[in-house]
Amino acid sequence: MSHRVIVPIGPYHPLQEEPEFFQLYVEGEKVVDIDIIIGYNHRGIEKLAEGKHYDQVPFLVERICGICSSSHPYAYVLAVEDILGGEANVVPERALYIRTIVNELERIHSHLLWLGLAGHFIGYNTVWMWAWKYREPVLDMFEMITGNRNNYAMMKVGGVRRDIKEEDISIVKKMLDELVPAVDMFKGAVMDDPVIQARLKGVGILTKQQAIDWCVVGPTARASGLNIDVRRDDVYGVYDRLNWNVIIEKDGDIFAKTVVRILELYECVSIIRQCLDKMPKGEIDADVKDIPSGEGLGRVEAPRGECLHYVKSDGTNRPVRHKIRAPSFMNVASNKVACIGGTISDATITLAAVDPCYCCTERVAVMRKSDNEKVLNGWDLIKLSQEKTDKIKEGMLNARPQ
Amino acid sequence: MNIKEGIREGLGSKILDWKEHSARRIYFLIDQKDIVEVTKLLFKELGLRFSIATGTDTPEGFEMLYHFSHDNTGQFYSVRVLIKNKEKPEIDSIAPLFPGAEWIEREIWELVGINFKGHPNLKRLLLADDWPEGDYPLRQK
Repeated sequence: MSHRVIVPIGPYHPLQEEPEFFQLYVEGEKVVDIDIIIGYNHRGIEKLAEGKHYDQVPFLVERICGICSSSHPYAYVLAVEDILGGEANVVPERALYIRTIVNELERIHSHLLWLGLAGHFIGYNTVWMWAWKYREPVLDMFEMITGNRNNYAMMKVGGVRRDIKEEDISIVKKMLDELVPAVDMFKGAVMDDPVIQARLKGVGILTKQQAIDWCVVGPTARASGLNIDVRRDDVYGVYDRLNWNVIIEKDGDIFAKTVVRILELYECVSIIRQCLDKMPKGEIDADVKDIPSGEGLGRVEAPRGECLHYVKSDGTNRPVRHKIRAPSFMNVASNKVACIGGTISDATITLAAVDPCYCCTERVAVMRKSDNEKVLNGWDLIKLSQEKTDKIKEGMLNARPQ
Repeated sequence: MNIKEGIREGLGSKILDWKEHSARRIYFLIDQKDIVEVTKLLFKELGLRFSIATGTDTPEGFEMLYHFSHDNTGQFYSVRVLIKNKEKPEIDSIAPLFPGAEWIEREIWELVGINFKGHPNLKRLLLADDWPEGDYPLRQK
């Protein structure tokens, strides 16, 4: 019988500093099974929302996750506005543009955050530092527009809470101009680097059929060739009035997921620029008073994929049911197929490739350790992953003609 | 043939009530015994994406909404099922059809207390191991 090793990753994820628990079952180099255990971060937000006033819920749901802290409130207000007759019929024009801008800024900062973490995982610590360096101005833009670097408190039923000042527009535009060369650099550094290609191509593959069966969303689905994007399919904000592209890759491996995210950064910048140019003057809030009874669904393309909120109202000032489905809930589960069959040194980057968000998804297991089972910890795993990259680098250096 | 006609024709008399809240938000009611058949048609034959399911405790019984997205048209179909048995709510699991439904059925099972018959791996997803048996947080008390 082959020697089976259990590799526990978590409950503190070595990379993402978030609580989840992957238990990898490994034979030799090969991952043969995986248990995904979530629930460490379950805060009962759906239940809490039932006790809050419609205007308080956005503050609650933006605390589901510090990264998607515009997508969750946005999907929630869309759901409530669905009861009222649809976002386009309720919300003033200018507010639609501001919502779109905040939503896209969020995507830029989230993708840069992931890029940095992925770089660290495979031993490219320079990419890590640079990506996070260029993420800082994005947070500054948030501070300028919303007043906060995180938990922006912008969305409210019927509009937004804060207007964009005219004098800030030129500063934001200049900051976006400065961001593009940085994205160019990442694009070159990732897409033209033979070591990264050798390291990420063909690793952690999620085929198109698997993507359909596991119902994955967002960049994870788009990297597997699924042509889905809520921004285009179920239009909200002003996405239908702007020129932009949905980025699709076919291979389903980690390289494809990286490419999708990097190319999406260009689209985000372009969307924000167009919004700033086209944004009309006017009101930013429709001042909605009562929510009639009924039910509504709101969908937003969060950085990780479709974020869905369902709100049921009985005509009082509180929702009777508020269902939240974060994109990672679907994406994390698909790690089961992406990881199995791969090698242990690829496991860390594969698990990170869906850009999992555990505050969103929501885990518990008892460590089993019998006589012939050995336990490694998370840091051992990152080391294994980084060593593999070093080996590929060395191999390439040695193969180079003298 | 457009997708809406496809669903209406494919399901025929299985649809007990059809409600179009707006062009892209469509709700329809079916009997709980038909859920597997309906899911097969929507997911496998018509190629809709399963987005999520919602379980709600209502005075009439437990309401399940299965949300399916048709991404080409942006139409969002919610299949409504009312489980009238409040003492021992049960419904057939759709997880054997595709793995993407496994987690949400586990979540509804532990939080709302609806049993999914035929689920391949019905165990706790979010709640702690020491959470008391039979205490369902999302039930109305």
